[in-house]
Amino acid sequence: MSAREDIMARIASALHDAPETPVVPREYRRSSNMSAEQRLEQLVDRLQDYKANVFVTPAEEASAKLAELLAGSTSIVVPHGLPQDWLSKLTDDAGMPAIEVDSPERRLTVAELDALDAVVTAAATAVSETGTIMLDGSADQGRRIISLVPDRHIVLLRASDIVEVLPEAIARLEATRPQTWISGPSATSDIELERVEGVHGPRTLDVIILT
Amino acid sequence: MKIALFATCIVDAMYPRTAQATVALLERLGHEVVFPTDQACCGQMHVNSGYFKEARTVVANHVRAFDTDDYDVAVAPSGSCVASVKHQHELVARRCGDAALEERAAVVGARTYELSQLLTDVLGITNAAAQLGSHFPHKVTYHPSCHGMRLLHLEDRQLNLLKSVGGIEMVELPEADQCCGFGGTFSMKNAEVSAAMNEDKAANICGTGAELCSGGDASCLMHIGGGLSRQGSRVGTLHFAEILASTIENPVAVTGEITLAGSKR
Amino acid sequence: MSNTFLGMPSLPVFGRGNLNATEPFPQAAHRELANTQLRANLGHATHTIRYKRLKVVAELPDWEQMRDAGSAIKDATMANLPAMLEQFEANFTARGGIIHWARDAQEANEIVTALIQETGETEVVKVKSMATQEIGLNEYLEDQGIAAYETDLAELIVQLDHDKPSHILVPAIHKNRSQVREIFLREMPAVDPNLTDEPARLAEAARKHLRKKFLSAKVAISGANFGLADTGTLTVVESEGNGRMCLTLPETLITVMGIEKLLPSWSDLEVFMQLLPRSSTGERMNPYTSLWTGVTEGDGPQNVHLVMLDNGRTAALADEYGRTALNCIRCSACMNVCPVYERTGGHAYGSTYPGPIGAILSPLMTGIKSEENNSLPYASSLCGACFDACPVKINIPEILVHLRGEDVDSQRAKVKVPSQMDFMMKGAEWAFSSGAKLNLLEKGLPLGKLAAGRDKVIKKLPGIAGGWTQSRDIPAPPSQSFRQWWAKEHKPSTAVVPGNAVPGHAGPGNTAGHGTENSEGEQA
Ligand code: SF4
Repeated sequence: MSAREDIMARIASALHDAPETPVVPREYRRSSNMSAEQRLEQLVDRLQDYKANVFVTPAEEASAKLAELLAGSTSIVVPHGLPQDWLSKLTDDAGMPAIEVDSPERRLTVAELDALDAVVTAAATAVSETGTIMLDGSADQGRRIISLVPDRHIVLLRASDIVEVLPEAIARLEATRPQTWISGPSATSDIELERVEGVHGPRTLDVIILT
Repeated sequence: MKIALFATCIVDAMYPRTAQATVALLERLGHEVVFPTDQACCGQMHVNSGYFKEARTVVANHVRAFDTDDYDVAVAPSGSCVASVKHQHELVARRCGDAALEERAAVVGARTYELSQLLTDVLGITNAAAQLGSHFPHKVTYHPSCHGMRLLHLEDRQLNLLKSVGGIEMVELPEADQCCGFGGTFSMKNAEVSAAMNEDKAANICGTGAELCSGGDASCLMHIGGGLSRQGSRVGTLHFAEILASTIENPVAVTGEITLAGSKR
Repeated sequence: MSNTFLGMPSLPVFGRGNLNATEPFPQAAHRELANTQLRANLGHATHTIRYKRLKVVAELPDWEQMRDAGSAIKDATMANLPAMLEQFEANFTARGGIIHWARDAQEANEIVTALIQETGETEVVKVKSMATQEIGLNEYLEDQGIAAYETDLAELIVQLDHDKPSHILVPAIHKNRSQVREIFLREMPAVDPNLTDEPARLAEAARKHLRKKFLSAKVAISGANFGLADTGTLTVVESEGNGRMCLTLPETLITVMGIEKLLPSWSDLEVFMQLLPRSSTGERMNPYTSLWTGVTEGDGPQNVHLVMLDNGRTAALADEYGRTALNCIRCSACMNVCPVYERTGGHAYGSTYPGPIGAILSPLMTGIKSEENNSLPYASSLCGACFDACPVKINIPEILVHLRGEDVDSQRAKVKVPSQMDFMMKGAEWAFSSGAKLNLLEKGLPLGKLAAGRDKVIKKLPGIAGGWTQSRDIPAPPSQSFRQWWAKEHKPSTAVVPGNAVPGHAGPGNTAGHGTENSEGEQA
């Protein structure tokens, strides 16, 4: 017998008493009754609690905000699907960092990524109650590696993509896409259960929320 | 109301005053107390030690003793014994495949109350001084035993009764919800861990400056008191029923220095 | 669908590996209790985390509803495990993942080794996984000439110190910051000699130490927190980003997951990703969660393997009173609130799984007859704090008691001299089998009083009862029991009037209480 068959047989035997399958009570909150403003406010609060830098910016000023944050950087990576208008100031103005574009045609290597200052991505959705930003590998968010290796991650999130509770986000996401859920910069509580920010993942997380 | 007293084995044999106090309180309120003489023990020591076969004998005896129409409700001055009657007896019967016992155990369990539950929820006592004449002019702290707290969800019933006793000064016990370390045969099988838990409980009790620590389970109080006594502490333990039973005319006396068993003075 | 089984149940097959205590719990506890530094570290850490957990749990108005859902989802998973596994397998495989099945620790280790050898690599990076700890993978790989680098900060501390984890979430919980600093200075090559014991500096040192390893690793090994049957998705929950590194950068990813880790559907994650972070680190959400389903072209590892591990899980499943232990999501809340764990630490439990969950899971997986583990179910005062804290509502105290029963029965089945505990229980069974017998016994109370002597206290008892008198006195018993007083002296009318206190109880000079001299139970 293969191990698989063996294990399946053991399970069948273990369940010889045919335990009941309970009906799952789903009385917990599955949708929000908060206004968009409240969600925005809550998300800002939660992200700041995680020591992320949060900027609430009108959508048309996205590019200006980005340019402001990146002044002084030498090079960044962006996924190929990042909206061009977000980058307009970076490409037009002088003294702005060089932009590497990661695309299916040209995938940056680990070493290349490690040499860059920052990564700029969009986000799929965000949960205000937990302060979580979800990336799902769409063209404006890119491969998981690009938002991991650079030490600084700048996320542009559309305020309309903010939900309050996790079940709302789950409903919006597609399970089989490679996902990263991010709640603040990398952190650890491994020493005396005290949270300190900044370990292996990006040590700086900037979130620009576009209203 | 006709109330059947389940004294519990430890109170019956070691702390008769706690049962006497319970009787006094109920009679003071004009209720008739009966004592089913066939009673012995709830059996939790057997169950909790894994001796289900033996537990069945003990459970069967309890159910036999209390399965009568001769009373309205049963009461015991112990959270853990009531939790056993309410939660363990059916389980023991089921494990031993005794459907008849399981059914009767459920009936008895449903009629059984812990003392603070009975006083608060059934008899409507909210102010011990006014309604029971309770008076106890001492500084007291309180340890809520685990089974009353987590299995019976007594919440603050015992504490609120104590707080409403005339003359009493209640002081809060830090980390009150932490187990004292008794745990039945745990206190023997894992004596050292049990003692370590008891040490911390004792330190917290002594830190309050209370004259004594009250609670609702004689077994935990025996464990805590036994530890305090061994350490030579002057702080004693006293079941809340006895504090409620204390009155101006007939005080439960704590005069001067409390002479503790074990501390030779 | 739930059950295709027709014949007689076969005997359970127990697990092997790091699941056994090496000595009885009380003996191990004796040693650990003597370590005052350990107790101070644990006391500090468990108190911190308890407070954090309570705070974030209290924030949610629907926490209890979530627990109810979580518990039911897991029950439903277990009841339909064969179908769940098949569904998961089909989905995971359809997207390019490869599944391997391992009956036990040995088989799992062999599979993982062979997969690594196929790549030609001799170094792998690892993200914290209880399953690989359980099967002793690191030691096995080392024997095969493969170096496995732990990348989780706490695991790294433990590995550098040649120590064993003592907690499932924070394996180095038994070390404080200055001990960690000392370990880093001693064991970390090229570490800054001016390293301070600030957690932030220590974390930075770990970053530097591991960065090169991450960037060059070709093979990674992980565990998984959840597998979603309806999509074939795997999940790793972490904080530091070491998980993301392992799950994203290497070419080959080998995940080892217990067969019980499944959830029926993607949407069930909405429950568990709320229950887990709040229960474990006391955060609203952990910094990073990674999800992958088989292989994604161009994104992450292109060789994706999953080893599905039994190793005694089916044995636990076969125990109808104990199987809910498999619902565990390894949040560690039960050990963080456990008064026993707080004082002995995780090493005392021997097994990879310490604390309350370990005290049930280890013997369920190895069988209670395994001599080493039969002391574990007794390592609890049954205070119930674990049950209250458990996000999936595993009734740990009830399972502990059940396993004690299994142990007692298995001891009975052996031809042996009855233990003192057996005698005590038999004696108590007799005494408590009727009121009359107890009364008979209680007539001997004055003897105890006599034995207590003038101190009115018993300070030393023989045999196992001596465990009690090691640290506690026993008060002298009263001269008559309540029932004797009731029969002889109780007159209903005497106590009716308010103000008429306890009969036989009044008067100055009486002492108060338990642990103190008892009153006589006689009428004043
Ligand atoms: S038993 Fe419950 S509380 Fe303990 S680790 Fe498992 S899920 Fe968490």
